[in-house]
Amino acid sequence: MVAPARTGPWQQATVLEVRSETPTAKTFRLGLSRPAPHLPGQHYVLRLTAPDGYRAQRSYSVASAPGRAEIDLTVELLPGGEVSEFLHEVVEPGDELEVRGPLGGYFAWDGERPALGVAGGSGVVPLMSMLRHAREIGRPELVRLVVSVRSPAALYYRDELPGPQTTLVYTRTAPPGSPRPAGRLTADDLAPAVEDRDVFVCGTPAFCDTATGHLLGLGVPAGRIRVERFGPSG
Amino acid sequence: MAITRGFTRRGGGERDPRLPPGQHDAGDDWPVLHAEATPSIDTDRWTFTIDGLVDTPTTWTWDEIRALPPDHYEGDIHCVTTWSKFGMRFDGVSVDTLLEAAGPQDDAAFVLARSHTGYTTNLPIEDITDGRAWVVWDVDGAPLTDVHGGPARLLVPHLYFWKSAKWVSGLTLLAEDEQGFWERNGYHDRGDPWLEQRYQGD
Repeated sequence: MVAPARTGPWQQATVLEVRSETPTAKTFRLGLSRPAPHLPGQHYVLRLTAPDGYRAQRSYSVASAPGRAEIDLTVELLPGGEVSEFLHEVVEPGDELEVRGPLGGYFAWDGERPALGVAGGSGVVPLMSMLRHAREIGRPELVRLVVSVRSPAALYYRDELPGPQTTLVYTRTAPPGSPRPAGRLTADDLAPAVEDRDVFVCGTPAFCDTATGHLLGLGVPAGRIRVERFGPSG
Repeated sequence: MAITRGFTRRGGGERDPRLPPGQHDAGDDWPVLHAEATPSIDTDRWTFTIDGLVDTPTTWTWDEIRALPPDHYEGDIHCVTTWSKFGMRFDGVSVDTLLEAAGPQDDAAFVLARSHTGYTTNLPIEDITDGRAWVVWDVDGAPLTDVHGGPARLLVPHLYFWKSAKWVSGLTLLAEDEQGFWERNGYHDRGDPWLEQRYQGD
């Protein structure tokens, strides 16, 4: 395992671009004033400060590959979410945001050992960083993804995600002509992808428990499964 | 202080004095955050062991630990991911009761808490003594579920909640501090929410 980069201090980042992934998800490209190398899977903390000193902070996974002075954070809009609503409704290119990272040395891929990512919904964000990195270093076969998503309209990174490394599992609405009917993730969806890979599972707690249950049932040792549970943290 | 353009406090009211800096009230939610597969541990094979720098290394079975004098905590908990929950009640046994049986030696200054999953977290011994830490099995009157660390977890509510090891299996008393799982991965060695000790260097 590559040692995780030392967590840097709080730094100012400039919003370079805001892109809609779905009706409820936006990607914020941030230019870092103090670039720090991250490992695919790691996250940053983003902090908002009001004029009276009040602060709110949340953690967001990096979606972009490492090796640049900018990072992409994809943020799902949570109803009533103090930080996600502000980011979606107020923030625009040119704004300054305070961030700190990279963080999380455990749910992080070293870029060397074959990896399987299993994502539910917005859990695809840190795994997209892994897929992008594998493609950029010319070793796309190192990463396989199984991504569970409600419908085609809810798919993040739709121009980049599909490909030979990716299995898309639609849970409510499958696209026309899809060979797999819509339905929840099953062990059969995961079986062809497991091979001899380290596994990274990311999604809601319920999704993670279902997915890890299938993986353990397929004989994957618990010690090879790393889990990142996305909570309703606003 | 870098003001964020357009950001203001919601509601405009006073901040709840129970909230440490940078935290928010999770209300009725109790988010679940751990990095391993959720285990399911039978009370038949659950044990709790205190070893290391103690006079009498001691292991309790489920029935044995439940027979110890009960104790409880009522109050708030704070997770480093910025949620806090107010007015929780946890029932279990005080770590003081367990340490009394094992007899800490004079040079024991730190503990490494261990879980049945292999998870670890480190604490200074002062943070788990004098009524500041418990091994608990009930929350708000009901048994702890698997996802919240059942059948029993450590409870150290004055520190960020990753110190309150789920599925706790024991404490090892040490002379020197030895980092646990999140601490090796960049999180603070002590984790006091009121000092906002989230990451190494805070």
